[in-house]
Amino acid sequence: MNAAVELRQVSRVYGTGASQVHALREVDVSVDVGELVAVMGPSGSGKSTLLTIAGSLEDPSSGEVLVCGSALATMSHDDRAGLRRRTIGYVFQDFNLLVGLTAVENVALPLELDGLGVRAARTVGLAALEELGLAAQAGRYPDELSGGERQRVAIARAVVGDRRLVLADEPTGALDSVNGEAVMRLLRAACKRGVAGMVVTHDAQLASWADRIVFLRDGRVVDQTTRPAGPESLLTEGANQ
Amino acid sequence: MSVRHALLALLTEGPKYGLQLRQEFESRTGEVWPLNVGQVYLTLQRLERDELIESGGGDRDGPQKSFRITAAGADELATWLRTPPDLASPPRDELVIKVLVALRLPGVDVPGLLQAHRRHVVQLMQRYTHMKAEAAADDLSLSLVADAELFRLESVVRWLDAAEVRLSRRPADDTATRNTEAQPAPIPLEAQA
Repeated sequence: MNAAVELRQVSRVYGTGASQVHALREVDVSVDVGELVAVMGPSGSGKSTLLTIAGSLEDPSSGEVLVCGSALATMSHDDRAGLRRRTIGYVFQDFNLLVGLTAVENVALPLELDGLGVRAARTVGLAALEELGLAAQAGRYPDELSGGERQRVAIARAVVGDRRLVLADEPTGALDSVNGEAVMRLLRAACKRGVAGMVVTHDAQLASWADRIVFLRDGRVVDQTTRPAGPESLLTEGANQ
Repeated sequence: MSVRHALLALLTEGPKYGLQLRQEFESRTGEVWPLNVGQVYLTLQRLERDELIESGGGDRDGPQKSFRITAAGADELATWLRTPPDLASPPRDELVIKVLVALRLPGVDVPGLLQAHRRHVVQLMQRYTHMKAEAAADDLSLSLVADAELFRLESVVRWLDAAEVRLSRRPADDTATRNTEAQPAPIPLEAQA
């Protein structure tokens, strides 16, 4: 088993009786180590619910969620909190950086919360920022950064340390297409280094960065793509036209 | 895409051979639009006939025959660059026609049909995106060509999304009227795509 996260027959129901809403219905999705999967669907299709359940931020009404082989339902509250700090990184559309902390402090925060010393955490945080070309911005506060830089800091925070799974909710929604592409290149590079990535989006261009795309409609998985053929196939087809 | 004007543009850099033009055209368009040799020579013949280029040196029609742009060719190129492409007349889009036909046919799972086309287009987008991702960071031509295809394909996906929403909001009576006349077995999804 090589899945970093696996949802088995996951359903999520909000409310009761006549006001009951089925956000997810018997969803099966898994993301392998090193794989970037996009979950694509319109507003209200259940994308964000799927992501929060995969990230252990919310419990399913039924079904099972496994992160790195461990069933979340069998874990204690503390163990799940530890898993969220150490194993899972989150990237949101609105960056969710803490405004009172510098870029490097934001990146180092999850490590410090996990018990690493301040100096060591900042060294690791700085290395993560350097890797994303943001060393010069390490001492700046979020309101001193551009939108693209803020999201890159958020990605550095999501992959810092020994993260195995990165979950992103419309991570390029607030960015122009070129900055959005830069963010997706970073996520893709993180996956190539062995992280599993899941991105939820309604945006086909964003989804096209993924190795595999899962289509969600009304809380159900209705379709998915296979791994794309290599770029050379485009040339072959073009030459035949 | 105007191969004719792309070849004129390459000849503004100086005289070139046919095979050289083909190679340079492909490399400068990110190798997304391959040209066959026959197409190159046919276009060059027509350009020469129209006195937009002239040939010199080498065998009469052999690969060593070189071409240079004329003053008339340079004028034609300048005019073409400034002339907006014809975007006013809507093309007869095959996908739009397929969906319109599907709406009229009994027994067709139209949402399933839309999804089959959506998957196909998104898979094509994946291939362009991955090509861009694997390309050298400074390959501007390839990035621009891939971007153009990606924006075009994205607009197709957005149209499919909008079609699905409109379909879901159409009055129930409308559906009933269309589908009660005949009820053949649904057409398999793969066959619809």
